[in-house]
Amino acid sequence: MSKDVTILAIESSCDETAAAVVRNGREVLSNVIHSQIDLHTLYGGVVPEIASRQHIEKINQVVEKALVDASLSLQDVDAVAVTYGPGLVGALLVGVSAAKAIAYGADKPLLGIHHIEGHISANYIENPDLKPPFHCLVVSGGHTHLVHVKDYGEYEILGRTRDDAAGEAFDKVARAIGLGYPGGPKIDKLSYEGNPQAIAFPRAKFEDSVYDFSFSGLKSAVLNYLNSCEMKGETVVPADVAASFQQAVIDVLVGHSMEALKRCGGTRLAIAGGVASNKHLREAMEAACRERGIAFYHPSPILCTDNAAMIGAAAYYEFIKGVRSGYDLNAVPGLRLGER
Amino acid sequence: MKILAIDSSGLVASVALYEEGQLLGEYTLNTKLTHSETLLPMIENLMKISGTEKNAIDAICVAEGPGSFTGLRIGVATAKGLGLALGKPVIGVPTVEAMAYNYYDSEALVVPMMDARRNQVYGGAFQFANAEQVENLLFVDGNGKGLQAFVETDALPAEMLVQKAAALVKEGKAKQIIFLGDGVQPNTGSIALCDVPYQIAPAPLSRQRAAHIAQVGESLLKNGVNTSAADMKPNYLRPSQAERERAEKMGEA
Repeated sequence: MSKDVTILAIESSCDETAAAVVRNGREVLSNVIHSQIDLHTLYGGVVPEIASRQHIEKINQVVEKALVDASLSLQDVDAVAVTYGPGLVGALLVGVSAAKAIAYGADKPLLGIHHIEGHISANYIENPDLKPPFHCLVVSGGHTHLVHVKDYGEYEILGRTRDDAAGEAFDKVARAIGLGYPGGPKIDKLSYEGNPQAIAFPRAKFEDSVYDFSFSGLKSAVLNYLNSCEMKGETVVPADVAASFQQAVIDVLVGHSMEALKRCGGTRLAIAGGVASNKHLREAMEAACRERGIAFYHPSPILCTDNAAMIGAAAYYEFIKGVRSGYDLNAVPGLRLGER
Repeated sequence: MKILAIDSSGLVASVALYEEGQLLGEYTLNTKLTHSETLLPMIENLMKISGTEKNAIDAICVAEGPGSFTGLRIGVATAKGLGLALGKPVIGVPTVEAMAYNYYDSEALVVPMMDARRNQVYGGAFQFANAEQVENLLFVDGNGKGLQAFVETDALPAEMLVQKAAALVKEGKAKQIIFLGDGVQPNTGSIALCDVPYQIAPAPLSRQRAAHIAQVGESLLKNGVNTSAADMKPNYLRPSQAERERAEKMGEA
């Protein structure tokens, strides 16, 4: 049996300062997340400069707590991994700079990890039997990707959003119906009280790429609906708007995923990212998979949100392949999946 | 006491090793490369070529600000990461004051200015003095020399800083002014209006140097300043734009 690999992972790509210790890509020894959400709520969304300022104030405490929670010292870890993109450049740079210095200071190998690869890898943590190949739908505030995971670290992007990310649409619609930020969980909750068939919102489709997404038209349709109700003096039922909007998003996400599995002959689907903790989406996706005999995987909510355990999981498979980053590692805000 | 010093507050990236008043080595880059790409490789190179073991470092001193927000954070995050890994304190050194050390012990009024955008500079007006003769000096060192702040570091229009400095010369505080820093070039018009004797520092004496971060940091350490790597944070001098706009809105309401 080969030696265990223990990785200290750091994530600071958006508004969570996170660090974790993960063994062999699957066993989480610690998972510390410092969320800044209360600060950003004041502004109705993530403010990059405020996020960066918070990261630098909390980075050492979060890393130290991750080591303490794992009952390990820095000398006990085999490598330091860090998200280097995509994300907010100023936010990424805090984690990248600190991780490089920690790796250098402790004489440990350094690995720069792709944020989306982390989200996908979050599924390995609670599903010991999940191995590539499989399909994965990544949905968050910044990303909407339908990915064919061919092997560890090998990805084919089948579809992506052409405008807003799914989570972004949730935030904008939530703001429009007075729910506030962050919109995802609030719409998810309110939808239980509404009729998802009440309003016919559009489901975008592209002739040239069946797997691509678009949510800005849907968002505009919701805003137009609200405006026209106001003009006509009609009462708006926020729960119905929330439920109908959410259903439109879910129909597209589920529809595209099922189409991909059908065309590629896939038998396993995972979901990942912040929106993957949406209960309605999970239920709909689970039902669609059950109907077709497809195995369905999803991480716990704590592993759906931005976290470092997922970065540690992704880093393990890079580490055993021999991938290492240099001390000149830079933040790459527009990093594409599968690129290094 | 061996110090590793870092300055990435402005256009240059600079790292230095310093011990008991002696500069052991310094590495400064003034290129288009980002601090993120250069800073740690520079530290690694300097440590290696000087034959310095990491655990021989007693403290890390870093330019705490003001300066470019992102630049400051790259330097500070690097310093904090090193402090965490090595278990050593991280001392924040004020950027503008450290720049005055390019003219250590000069009798002139030293006026560093960094380009702060929005038609402002981060700057101040300082003069070196003897602790025996002048009270409340900053960063008094082993030679009994320290810095007297006539205009404390602030974000202000270059024109205003020039006027304040000229007034000090007229009061007889100094015979001339030395302007330095990357704020000079964009504000040559304002400086040209200075009606007392002045000099503009030549390029090699005009930029941030980690050697001076170390020099000031050593004085701070010897005067008992000791910040943990976890607690050290940048001093931006300015709130973020979002915070500023929100405060303005709240003020109006």
